[in-house]
Amino acid sequence: MTVANALVGSPIERVEDLRFLRGRGQYVGDLNFDDTLHAAVFRSPVAHGKLISVDKSAALAIPGVHAVFTAADLGDVIPYIPMRLHPLPELEPFWQPVVAYDKVRYVGEPIALVVADSAAIAEDGVDAIEVEIEPLPAVMTKPQAESGETLLFDKKGTNEVLGYRGYRGDVSIFDTAPYTRKERFTVQRHTAVPMEPRGLLAEWDAERQHLTMWGAAKVPFFNRRILSRLIGLAEDQILLVENDVGGGFGPRGEFYPEDFLLPFAARHLNKRIKWIEDRRENLMAMNHARECDCEVEIACDLKGRILGLRGRGVVDIGAYMRTNGAVGARNIAQFISGPYRVPNMNYEVGMIVTNKTPVGTYRGPGRFEADFFRERMLDMIAEDLGIDRVEIRRRNLVTHAEMPYRMASITPFDADDELDSGDYSETLDRCLAEIGWDEKAALNGKEIDGRYHGLGIACFVEAGGAGPKEFARVTLEKTGDYTVYVGSAAVGQGIETVFAQIAGDALEVPMSRITGVHHGSTRNVSDGFGAYHSRSTVMGGSAILDAVAKLKDMIRAEAGRRLNCSADAVEIVEGTTAIGPGGRSIALAELAAETDLSVEGSFINKRLSWAYGAHATHVAVDAETGHVEVLDYIAVEDVGRIINPLTMTGQIVGSIMQGLGGTFLEHFKYDENGQLLTGSLADYMLPTASDFPKVRGIPMGNHPSPMNPVGAKGGGEGGIFSVAGVIGNAVAAALKSFNVQPRDLPLSPPQIWELLQAARQSPSSPQ
Amino acid sequence: MKIEFSVNGKPVEVEAEPRMTLADCLRHKLGLTGTHVGCEHGVCGACTIIVDGAAVRSCLMLAVQADGADITTVEGLSHEDRLTPLQTAFRRNHGLQCGYCTPGMLTTSHALLTNEPDCDADRVREVLSGNICRCTGYVSIVEAVLEARAAYRKDAEEDRA
Repeated sequence: MTVANALVGSPIERVEDLRFLRGRGQYVGDLNFDDTLHAAVFRSPVAHGKLISVDKSAALAIPGVHAVFTAADLGDVIPYIPMRLHPLPELEPFWQPVVAYDKVRYVGEPIALVVADSAAIAEDGVDAIEVEIEPLPAVMTKPQAESGETLLFDKKGTNEVLGYRGYRGDVSIFDTAPYTRKERFTVQRHTAVPMEPRGLLAEWDAERQHLTMWGAAKVPFFNRRILSRLIGLAEDQILLVENDVGGGFGPRGEFYPEDFLLPFAARHLNKRIKWIEDRRENLMAMNHARECDCEVEIACDLKGRILGLRGRGVVDIGAYMRTNGAVGARNIAQFISGPYRVPNMNYEVGMIVTNKTPVGTYRGPGRFEADFFRERMLDMIAEDLGIDRVEIRRRNLVTHAEMPYRMASITPFDADDELDSGDYSETLDRCLAEIGWDEKAALNGKEIDGRYHGLGIACFVEAGGAGPKEFARVTLEKTGDYTVYVGSAAVGQGIETVFAQIAGDALEVPMSRITGVHHGSTRNVSDGFGAYHSRSTVMGGSAILDAVAKLKDMIRAEAGRRLNCSADAVEIVEGTTAIGPGGRSIALAELAAETDLSVEGSFINKRLSWAYGAHATHVAVDAETGHVEVLDYIAVEDVGRIINPLTMTGQIVGSIMQGLGGTFLEHFKYDENGQLLTGSLADYMLPTASDFPKVRGIPMGNHPSPMNPVGAKGGGEGGIFSVAGVIGNAVAAALKSFNVQPRDLPLSPPQIWELLQAARQSPSSPQ
Repeated sequence: MKIEFSVNGKPVEVEAEPRMTLADCLRHKLGLTGTHVGCEHGVCGACTIIVDGAAVRSCLMLAVQADGADITTVEGLSHEDRLTPLQTAFRRNHGLQCGYCTPGMLTTSHALLTNEPDCDADRVREVLSGNICRCTGYVSIVEAVLEARAAYRKDAEEDRA
């Protein structure tokens, strides 16, 4: 008789914490090997221009500088970084070269790599490089990009990149609909800013003709494939090692120019070379995100039931199309309908190139933006039609009975996704109860001590568990303990703990007998797909279940041979002993001592899993200063199956805080020449401990996913989706007497103050 | 330049360039990589260490300025494999995710609770607002620090007794 452990579902303290709390984590910057050279990157000081010449002689003259690599040192053909997601041929002309050679297109673009005895000397070398750049006008705004007067890519003939379209039904319904409303919204450029800057340590072993690179994150197997192609080595000549990673959130771990330059230099010099970026580089070189300008029009019947949605948006992708630079635009086109029934839709999102840092995904890419637009519009429509703000959502939420519910199709890179399971009204009800919606209703628009109070509500769906597959290996060690290897990647989210819980339950052993969960590095499993799209737990966890099932079969077969019985007759007890007919038994440690008991499992998934939930908030707005205080904030999300309530709640609360940063504070500002004005953490404002103290997250697990054996749905991003929408709605509710409608982020004090000033001057204002 | 100071109770002697920061000295000369560098501008607080009892940003201090100082880094907070009550509270409350800001959070909180074991939540938030965390949303960190107060109060009482 075996007993299930029920590790899954328990708030188990993390195994990772034991090293992090004692200063024993090992991030790439912590690796101090002997005989290591250090690199620094010379970056373009100009946003747009023709690169005429690079003079490295003064840098090379500095004692301790070993080499300076520029495009001229890379051979006749400069490699370009390919796309990881949605690699459409139309996007190829916008790819970024690994180093600038004919033109520079943003401030911060790599032009040269200096290698020296120390990081300080390498930086001295960077200071000594002289470049001649013939400046071109900087394309910094949407009108400048769309006019095409100055082109970033001359051969392309336009600054407009292909667009995505979400479509369903027939939007001619707008001709006959009894009510329509059209609005325009913008979201400012901001991004993830993980606390650990990027870093790499590359080592070339000439004798073995083998490259090792530490500092990999997120998608090491994919990056190895790219590097193999760009640098001309077979994949098995390259090992990418994932160390502890100080935060991911999307940008970290994608393939950047430095991911080529470092190993190239290491191989060329036959040395070990380390590069750790500083914060200024991080803010101008790592993927930006979010900047877009979108028009949305919704048609309803007079009861507020959505008949159709249409419109057009544009995402500013910056200077190049990076590995996942199209995801934001694509996701706006898909997620604009959210958890609601939208029978007719035609939503187009184009992309433009400008002379700014290129963009990529940042937690909730496209969804943070689209949910802001949609949820703001629902409140405006409710007010127009005299319908309660909660009621209009209830009337439009896709119901349990309608699932699976097909969403709008997306093209190009065609996809049809279905809202798979759950009951969206449950999370909405819980959220309303938690915030005290009914009790606080009278506060909406009320002035108390000079501040106006308002409540906001918003609903979301979160796609997770992206395929195509994931791999895991489980090994029975000679000690009788188990080791787990997985192709998923750790970016700080705690997968060592979560996977030990899943493996422990499946193996029917306590967590102490899972002696290691190894992840990310391009060894131990045959392939891996990493950490993005809220997929690690769903995909990696499911692959572990498959590996455990196969390992148990292997153990039974081996024990059957020893016990002279069929594998079917063998029972594994407590992950420790194999018992055959008549009670004859053999210890699993004994089996493992004589036979290699290690097996790889996998999980293949074509359908996404859909978590869902609601956010609510209570704010107070100071009409004199424009300052918004968040008095209460709650997000409720049903994630299918909660593996660890402690880490799941942590994901929700952390996401909310990032969303509040993006809603109120964070903004990459440029001047008209393309110089980044917010290049330090003193200028680019991240939320601090005193900014938003009242934030709560509640995970629910009422509706396990039918799409995977773990039953989990991705839960890493839902906390960020609705933040701008719900805050915008609460601010509008607070300032109802002024008829203020936030449409543009960030909702900084000056922005709100200006909205109030404009409203006060408007003749329709009651003031 | 040759400098001497004490780190985590042990005397050390280091040859440091005048331009080397104390953070780099601890990390690269002494192998104490628990102290993290997040911005090098004194804004993020990840590099916070305790110098002569005060929480200090080691990226804003030159190594040569540490001559004669008594320094505690995150590695020196706990003894052997036991977690301190502060570290235990961080773990129990899930006050860390990626772990990068954690050493600075611990040293800052340790200095605060040593000096003000009765501080309230507002004071904790005020002091920790100099340390940026991008993962947790701070709620669990503040709860952890508040929970750890009891142990520091006890220490303070024992010191008085």
